[in-house]
Amino acid sequence: MVVMNLINRLLRYVFYRVVVRLVVLIVLGLNVRHRERLPQKGPAIVVANHNSHLDTMVLITLLPARLLSKIQPVAAADYFLATPRKAWFALNIVGILPIKRQRKTPDEDLLAPCYKALEEGRVLIFFPEGSRGESERLAAFRGGIAKLAKRFPEVPVTPVLLHGLGKALPKGEKLLVPFFCDVFVGEPLFGTKDRGSFIHQLESRMAELSQEGVFPPWE
Amino acid sequence: MNTPHMSPVILWSLGGLFGILIAATAIYFFLKRTRPTADFAEIGLRIRSWWIMVFVFSLAMLLSRNVSLCFFAFISFLALKEYLSIIPTRRADRRVLLWAYLAIPVQYFWAGIAWYGMFIIFIPVYVFLFLPLCMVNVGETRDFLRSAGTLHWGLMTMVFSISHMAYLLVLPPVAASGAGGSGLLLYLVFLTQSNDVAQFLWGKSLGRRKIVPNVSPNKTLEGFLGGVATTTFLAVLLSGLLTPLNFPLALLAGILISMAGFVGDVTISAIKRDIGVKDSGNLLPGHGGILDRIDSLTYSAPLFFHFIHYLYY
Repeated sequence: MVVMNLINRLLRYVFYRVVVRLVVLIVLGLNVRHRERLPQKGPAIVVANHNSHLDTMVLITLLPARLLSKIQPVAAADYFLATPRKAWFALNIVGILPIKRQRKTPDEDLLAPCYKALEEGRVLIFFPEGSRGESERLAAFRGGIAKLAKRFPEVPVTPVLLHGLGKALPKGEKLLVPFFCDVFVGEPLFGTKDRGSFIHQLESRMAELSQEGVFPPWE
Repeated sequence: MNTPHMSPVILWSLGGLFGILIAATAIYFFLKRTRPTADFAEIGLRIRSWWIMVFVFSLAMLLSRNVSLCFFAFISFLALKEYLSIIPTRRADRRVLLWAYLAIPVQYFWAGIAWYGMFIIFIPVYVFLFLPLCMVNVGETRDFLRSAGTLHWGLMTMVFSISHMAYLLVLPPVAASGAGGSGLLLYLVFLTQSNDVAQFLWGKSLGRRKIVPNVSPNKTLEGFLGGVATTTFLAVLLSGLLTPLNFPLALLAGILISMAGFVGDVTISAIKRDIGVKDSGNLLPGHGGILDRIDSLTYSAPLFFHFIHYLYY
């Protein structure tokens, strides 16, 4: 068991620091702005718009390498744990924190695994749009992130705007097509009592970030 | 290794490039110290990027011919990727773009085996005809012409034009010259890049009259003429060392490279203005993207190549 754990950790390290990094640097190419705003220690939450499986990969390669063992992308259990092989890859290599999308009982808190992870000092990657939406379109944010931030008001929530990854590998496509991609990091936010106003702040910060670049139409 | 890459002339020329960089860096530090109020931050970034570019270029030239070919293919890849990332593209064309990227290794392969006939028609004929076929196969007709046109323009400039640098490398040596194809390549690249720098410096110091105000408001007539004069002088000076060109032909080559470089520069500027971006990317701090650096070569490389090809091959 210990040996298996060690092998998985090694595989995860090689996957992110070698394979993903080479693909991201050579096939894609990133234009990163304000990288220094990304969290340097846990607990922290990184929030991004979601268009592609590449989103998580790119964000993890940009975070400091020493944090790798602490980083967990929050992802839907029903999708990523669907088959044993997919589940092994998602849990051990990608290192997701699986959460359920449907409540079993009315008072079950679906975010409970996130609370535990933040208490352990982990860095969560959170996609408040819920799922990879229509490519290169920003969808309305859901409330989960506000609830999480309210419960941990001292944990920084860093917004990141991603552009281009949805062109390189959109939902439902298997072929990766090279594009330069933009990663704009915003100033971190902190949770407030009023969840509605937090979501509003977060959305307006994302909107400001999207004003920083010129994104050609893609339809 | 008795490849032409290792000929002493090439080694000396590359050494000369580093000499120029050392001089530029020294002048930069001197100016920074004597005029502490002036802002030299961008110039500093530019010089630093030049160091990296000259270093990588020298390495690619010296290691082996195949490394040089791969290096230019990679430049084409970066340039095409940058171009396709800043222009509007259609979702339906994802696969078509992948085919366009695949044209790069094939085009450089023709250069590598020195198959001139195929090299010169592969993109203008075969790829030009093949990509619209792929697009028809996808079946999306909205913006079909715009998409086919922009894609082909990108392939012609970023792949076809740039690959002429690779073909210069595989040209057999002309009896009169010592440095062969790599001498010609070094001559072209050095003159095109120094033309950019000379135009910039002449424009900064003497520039008054705008030359293409609607496209590139910073370009001046004085900068342009100063660039042509400087480049032509350098072309004559270096021709004996790197090329088989005699005096009148070297004069012509200098004028050709400097004028072509200028046109390449403003053509890419026009495209960036059309799209609404200042720089094509941020790969080379101080310069912008790769397109901002190789824009002049998209014109000067094919024109200089055919000038040489007509004269000697």
